[in-house]
Parts: sequence; C-alpha cells; structure tokens
Amino acid sequence: MSVDTSTPAAPVRAKPATGGTAPPGGALTQRELRRRERRFHHRDKWWGYLLIAPAGLGLLVFYLWPVVQTMYYSFTEWGAFGGTTWIGLENYRTLIHDPEVWQSLGNSLIYTALVLLGIPVSMVLAVLLNLKGMRGTGIYRTLYFLPVVTMPAAVAVVWRWLYNGDIGILNQALDTIGIDGTYWVSDPTTVRFAIALIGVWMTVGYNMILLLAGLQGIPQDYYEAASLDGAGRVRQFFSVTLPLLSPTLFFTTVLSIIQSLQVFDLIYLILGGNTQAGLTNPAYADGQTIVMLFFQKSFFDNQRGYGAAIVCLLFVLIMALTALQFRLQKRWVHYG
Amino acid sequence: MRRRSLLTTAATTAATAALTAGCGALTGGSSSAKRRGHLTYGVWDVYQVPAMERVAREFEHSRPGVTVDVQLTPNTTTYWTKLRTACTSGTAPDVFWMNGPNFGLYASAGQFLPLETEGSEAVFDPSDFPSDLVSLYRWEGTQYGAPKDFDTVALWFNKEIFDKAGVDYPDASWTWQDLINNAQRLTDRRRGIYGIAAPVWAQENYYNSIAQAGGHVISKDRKRSGYSDPRTREGLKLWVDMIHRYRASPTLQQLTDTDTTQMFQSGKLAMAQEASYNVETFWADPEFRAKVDLAPLPKGRRRASILHGLSNVVYARTPQPELARDFVRFLSGKKAALTQARHGPAIPARNGTQKPWADAKPRFSLDVHLDALDYAVPYPISTNTAAWSHKEQQWLSRAWSGDESLDSATRSLTRAMDQLLAQEGKARS
Repeated sequence: MSVDTSTPAAPVRAKPATGGTAPPGGALTQRELRRRERRFHHRDKWWGYLLIAPAGLGLLVFYLWPVVQTMYYSFTEWGAFGGTTWIGLENYRTLIHDPEVWQSLGNSLIYTALVLLGIPVSMVLAVLLNLKGMRGTGIYRTLYFLPVVTMPAAVAVVWRWLYNGDIGILNQALDTIGIDGTYWVSDPTTVRFAIALIGVWMTVGYNMILLLAGLQGIPQDYYEAASLDGAGRVRQFFSVTLPLLSPTLFFTTVLSIIQSLQVFDLIYLILGGNTQAGLTNPAYADGQTIVMLFFQKSFFDNQRGYGAAIVCLLFVLIMALTALQFRLQKRWVHYG
Repeated sequence: MRRRSLLTTAATTAATAALTAGCGALTGGSSSAKRRGHLTYGVWDVYQVPAMERVAREFEHSRPGVTVDVQLTPNTTTYWTKLRTACTSGTAPDVFWMNGPNFGLYASAGQFLPLETEGSEAVFDPSDFPSDLVSLYRWEGTQYGAPKDFDTVALWFNKEIFDKAGVDYPDASWTWQDLINNAQRLTDRRRGIYGIAAPVWAQENYYNSIAQAGGHVISKDRKRSGYSDPRTREGLKLWVDMIHRYRASPTLQQLTDTDTTQMFQSGKLAMAQEASYNVETFWADPEFRAKVDLAPLPKGRRRASILHGLSNVVYARTPQPELARDFVRFLSGKKAALTQARHGPAIPARNGTQKPWADAKPRFSLDVHLDALDYAVPYPISTNTAAWSHKEQQWLSRAWSGDESLDSATRSLTRAMDQLLAQEGKARS
C-alpha cells in the first residue's frame, strides 16, 4: 500500500502501519520515520525559531547591525562630535598609501604567526597530561590554565615588570649567568618576540584543554590495535593520535588566528599606551597592532571614518584567511 | 594632562564607586529655594575629588534644594573618550573640567555655553585671574571656560644625592650650563644614578626649554609650526644632548621601562623637572618628603616656565543652563578657591588665594611654583591640538632615541604639523 507522505497536515497521532510491509510487533518503517520527520519540520519549525529569537535578536541589534554601520562609516568622514559626510572611497585611498597601516598590519601578522607556534607546545603538554599513570595532572592543568582566566591588563602590568631593563627579574636572572639583557619591550629588535612570548603563555592553557578533550575522545581500541600490529609509541602518535586529533587542531588554529589578529589590550598596555611614556616608546611602531592603530585613529586623532576603514580591512583579511583555512582543511583534517 | 598609571586607577576606582553611590541619595532641602535642581560635575583627578566634593557641599548649602553630583572618571584617557561620546549623544555632565589641548576642539564644535564676564550676570571677573589662563579659554572672542587652577614647572632635586656628590643645591642663579655641568657631576652610572631625566615630555621638559631658548612651538596666529626655528631646535637639543652627549640622563628606553617620576621617587635621579600637580605624590611619602626640595627652572636665553591650568565649562546642551552657570560662578569665587587651596593638590587660579596651598606643605619651597607665574609662558594650543601633539611625540622620540638626527626629525615634524594646521584652517572657513 502507499502512504501519502506529501501531506504535512496528516494527523499527529502515529498511525500504525497497516500494509503488508509492516513487521509484526509495530516497529516503524523507514518511510514512516521520514514522514514524521518531515512533518515535524513543517509544523514545529517555528517553535525553534521562537526559542532562538531572543538570542538572534540580540545578535542582530548588537552585532550585525553595528557591523553594517561600521562598513557604512568607512565611506564617510566623521567629525569629533558626530555628523558624517559621504566621501566615497577616500578613506580607502588614504589607507593604501599609509605606511603606518601596513606596518601595523605586518606587526599583527607576525604576532599571529609567532602565537601559532604555541599550538605544538600545547599539543605536547596535552599528550603528556594524557599519559596513563601521570600524577598531579589536576595541578598542572590548573597551572597552565591560570593565565587564560587572568585579565590581560593584569598580565601586562606583571610582564612589564618582568621585562624591565634595569630592575626586571628576567635581566637579573640573565645577569647571574653573565648575559647582559636588553630593554625587552622598548627595544625595536626584541619587542615583537617579547610580546609574542606572553601571547603564547596566555593561550597555551586554553589550547591544551581543547586538545586534551580531543585526545580523550580517541577510542582506546585504536591504540590496542596499533600495538598489536607492532607500532611503537612514536608511530602510534603520528598514525593514530595526530590524524584523529586533526579536527581539534584545525579548530584551535582557526580560533588562534582570529584572536591573535584582533589582539589589542595586552600589547597596548605592554607598550605603555595608557601612560605618558607610551607613544614615545622607541619600539612603539614595531609593536603596534592594527587594532591599536584603529583605536588611535578613531579615539585620539578624531578620524572615526578612517578608523572604520581600518577595521573593515581587518575584517576582510580575517574572512579571507578563515575561508582559506576551510578550503585547505580538506587536505589534512580527518573526521573520524 | 598627565595620564595616571594603571595601578592607581585600578586601586581608586573601587573607592570612588562607593563615593559616588552615596551622592544619589541627596535630595530635598528647603522649599523656599528659588531654584531647585540637580547638577552633575565631571572631573578626572582622583586626588582632587575630596576638595571638589567639599566645594559641591558648600554650594548645596548656599542653594537649598540644589544637589551636585561629582562624577569621577579616574583616567584622563578614558575621560576624554567618554566625554566626547557623551557630548555626541547629548548626555555630558552639566559642568565639567576642560584642559588647554582639548579646549579648541570642543569650542569649535559648539559644545560649551558662553560665560558672561561683564555686568550683573557675570560668571567671573577676568581681572581676578592670571590673564594667560583667561585667554587660554577664550575662543574667537567669546569666553567659554572659567579658570579653575594652574600648574607651573620647577626643578625638583634629591638633596641626599647632592650631598653625597658634594654639589650645591640648585637655586635661582642656575643657567643651562650649570644644569649640564652639575648633572654630569651627579651622574654615577655604576650605582645607576643619573643627574637628570630627559623623557619626551612636553609640559615638563621641552616646551620650557624651547621658550627659554627663545623659540616657539606654534606661531601666534596658530597657523604654522615653530619647529623650523633654529632656537626651537636649540631647546630640544638640550635634552637630546643630555642623553647622548653629556650622558647625564637615562636613555629613552630606560625612561620607557621605568616612569621618570617613579625613578625620581626611588632615588635614582638627582633632578627632575616636574609640574606642580605632582607635589602631592612627593609629599605623600614621609621619608621621601624629607629628601627633596625644588628650585626655579634654569635660565637659557631667558627665564621661562610653561603655564597651564584647567577650567570649568558649562555643557551646551545642559537642561539647566542658569543653575550650571551659577555653579561655575561659585567655583570661581574666593571661598571655593580657598577650599581648593587647603584641601587639594591643585593651585587655585584665583589671584590672592594661592598662599594657603604653599603653606600647607611647609617643608617644600613651594613659592617657586607660585613665583613662576611672573615669567610663565602659556601652553601652546590650536583647534585640534591632540592631532599634532601626537606627531610631536612620534617624531621627537625618534631624535631622542638616536634613530634619527634632530634636524631631520624636526623637518618631518614641521611638515606634518603644518599640514594638520592647514586642515584646521580649511575646516573653520
């Protein structure tokens, strides 16, 4: 017999299948299941929408709408006290010829690349913490995760002292082994590495926890099978762990890149942007990120239209980089 | 104009949150009041809040039915960002503090109500205040700001370091050459002690030396940069040489890592040029208090000290313009000035009310800061001062660090500043 599956208005009550294909005992047929599913989609979908509406509305009003507005403002000149004039592509023309924009963007990209080096570190830590028989894993997990839950502002204040050229603990330690330390965050040659080290230190814990979750999701059977086949620890890592962890690795990479490109508070405070000495830091131009430049232009130099153009550039760059990663993932990410 | 350090800010925010919370409850009063109403007063210096609260209570007392809420934004950077946003949306405080570098921007955008200075409705009488401060807050012939306080710069020194090196304390007779010679004698690199500090600070350092050398930062008509003037460059050269030639100052990198004032407080500097608003910081530590004193800035071609001061302004879109003006009138009066002198770190601007400020800290020769009025030079400003002072810091720090020659840095600075000033001219016409 045939059941008309195209009528969404069919009675809600499950109709027992009466045809000869129905197995005795009343289990549902594949077809009946599909029919119910579709009916649910048509009739009850609006419930779902209703339930996500508050969150969706918030997202629309406080997130998407400002994004659209920012894009609009990037084509205008915005006075110090409001009042915008449409100037077309003028901001973007200035932007292309502004060496400060490209230097800041370069700084952001270098910072991002250096922070990505933290992912292998997190990976090693996660594998170590996942080893059977490791003691005190709880303590280590907490220790590595602590920087993640610490305010970047507090982190910056502490690291500024550690890095202080005259009285910092780092240089004092180096001094005992006969090395003459430099002024880490006011020396143009070291500033990027000094800051990136803090960036790594701050993100290692977060990535580690994600990777640890990924590791614990790998069924033990694979390792047993591998060892039966004669694979050693190292071989197991590269042939079992790494491929099965690749979705988590992909996720952490995408997230790290987005977060690192948007970094502001940590570097702003490390360079002393909040103090009188900030802008005169000899390493300021070598450390300033693109978001710091946006902040400077928008809120100090009163060029908010131009500031909007700078963040639009960053937006496009992040979109492009993320899209590229999603294309490339097919080559190296294995979904179980 | 000095931005307070992050730690002070963090520490004081909690304290002031409790302070402002208490103010909301103050309402009511006598029904016989001519004017009832509520005013907000925006300030940024946490050290001045006790004095400002006191003045506000005095005003409430003399105007029953009126309440004043002192609103603190305890970080100058945040204060300006917040204020600009509030002005854009029409929600700025009724009365708030203004400084020289920001005044032009707000005045040219019509953010202030004019203040009468003549007749029965006068908010204040200009002859009661130093004329440089009055004119600092006049825009195209109209007075918008009533002078509140002022600050001058002096040469602060650590007596202990002077005694150890056997050098006489600085006095009014000192010239640039004395400053250089003695700074060199006081420098002891092995112990990490320097004669003086040369940070890229405008108000405390190079604006003074530029004036002392006979140069200028900006032309009188505020249309052209003064950085191409050889005398202006001479004023800058003093500090660059102090680092690189005389080696009597820490390098710019050192001064970036450790704040100059902190370095002075930790006994690593024999001398530092400091503005009067830091007196409170030096006074607060009893041990340090006994070690330091101050002298007039050394003479170049002439004697000079940069004069700057804050003013009280009335927001253009205040719902209570008359009451707000009345509050500014009270703030400019003798009573409020004396309260400020006794309880606050700032020197009141009103003539004849400054003595109690100096007497409150008898160990220091604070008269030096007051006497500086006689040879003071007004702080240089234009419409959008912030834009070119940003360029100053960028370019001058390149000369200070030695990455670029002073001549080439000032050439680039002149070009950038002239361009910004030309834009100002266009925007106005």
